[in-house]
Amino acid sequence: MTLRIDNLTLARGGIPVLTGLSFDLGRGAALILRGPNGAGKTTLLRTLAGLQPALSGHITGGEDQIAFAGHADGLKAMLSVTENLNFWASVFGRDSIDAALEAYDLHALADRLAGTLSAGQKRRLGLARLLVTGRPIWVLDEPTVSLDTAAVQMFADAVHAHLGQGGSALIATHIDLGLQADVLDITPYRATATTRAGASDEAFL
Amino acid sequence: MIALLIRDLRLAFRAGGGFGLGLAFFLIVTVLVPFSVGPQADLLSSIAPGVLWLGALLACLLSLDRLLALDYEDGTLDLLVTAPLPLEAALSIKALAHWLTTGLPLVIAAPVLGVLLNLPANGFGWVVVSLALGTPALSVIGTFGAALTVGIKRGGLLMSLLVLPLYVPTLIFGAEAARRGAAGLDGTTPLLMLAGITFGTIALMPFASAAVLRMGLR
Repeated sequence: MTLRIDNLTLARGGIPVLTGLSFDLGRGAALILRGPNGAGKTTLLRTLAGLQPALSGHITGGEDQIAFAGHADGLKAMLSVTENLNFWASVFGRDSIDAALEAYDLHALADRLAGTLSAGQKRRLGLARLLVTGRPIWVLDEPTVSLDTAAVQMFADAVHAHLGQGGSALIATHIDLGLQADVLDITPYRATATTRAGASDEAFL
Repeated sequence: MIALLIRDLRLAFRAGGGFGLGLAFFLIVTVLVPFSVGPQADLLSSIAPGVLWLGALLACLLSLDRLLALDYEDGTLDLLVTAPLPLEAALSIKALAHWLTTGLPLVIAAPVLGVLLNLPANGFGWVVVSLALGTPALSVIGTFGAALTVGIKRGGLLMSLLVLPLYVPTLIFGAEAARRGAAGLDGTTPLLMLAGITFGTIALMPFASAAVLRMGLR
């Protein structure tokens, strides 16, 4: 399953941020997104995940294949670690969460409420969610925020194992994960002010 | 889908989940009305169905701003939208969970609180039936309102203003059925209208809610 991006133009809040972006992401490949703050990394990832439409261009191969992880982990503070993971596992039609607990060393925390975890532990739980989705394309926005070195290594191992199983990953990060990955700097694709702005209320017309 | 229902119910019953918020408000309104109106038994019994209905409606409204805002704040909503579950189904389930934790307790509490308002004996059945038929519409319409204001900080006031006009038909027919029943008349016609509104909103509203939510998440 190849994710193919063709001549994409993206806007945030009606203002174009990226234009003319094209790349392919094949099976077993990882792509690291780089770019300064505000370059449009999050906008690109949210668009690929299907959370917002592109102004123009085509995305093929992403339908129901993408597992998205954004800035927020989507955890319920009043549910335990196992309850949180079990919920996502059943939403994605999976039944086992053991592999996910194992990969991020969460067995010792399994019965703790997510609200009592530290920021790094929450992030580990949020990343463990990707493993229970069973989806081949991971789209990750700054996944290593608040992780310590050991946890970053756990994450790198999980991504490596995922790629080994024929999955792919698109990761916006500034940390070197030690992966065999291409780096895409999106700075050259920044939209200029002259690019036509999409009306923010177009969906209502 | 069952997992989402179970999760929402579990969250509602855990600390800070908000179960009982609507019920407590309903209790407060119906307990305080006799004090403010005064000890006139016949006046109370004639306004009892309307007060019960208004109390139930406002109690439903009170818990709406938590319906999607909490999931929005912790990022769950973004992940739910990208999950294989159709958003329409997910929102229907959330509305059902809201009804089970807010509407259903009100239906069960209404006959007990009816005693405080000197509700005539033949009105109890009508009040319970009309509330049972009408409160699901309040939850479904409320989900639409919550979806419409999901990205707005402190959107509770705006949502109340948007949702209240949509609540009016349910209130009119629900309270009318209960009033007629309490007065010993036949309330079948308003009850059928109420049932029509409820089933219509259950069938159509999730699509509207999902559409506005997709826009709100951009």
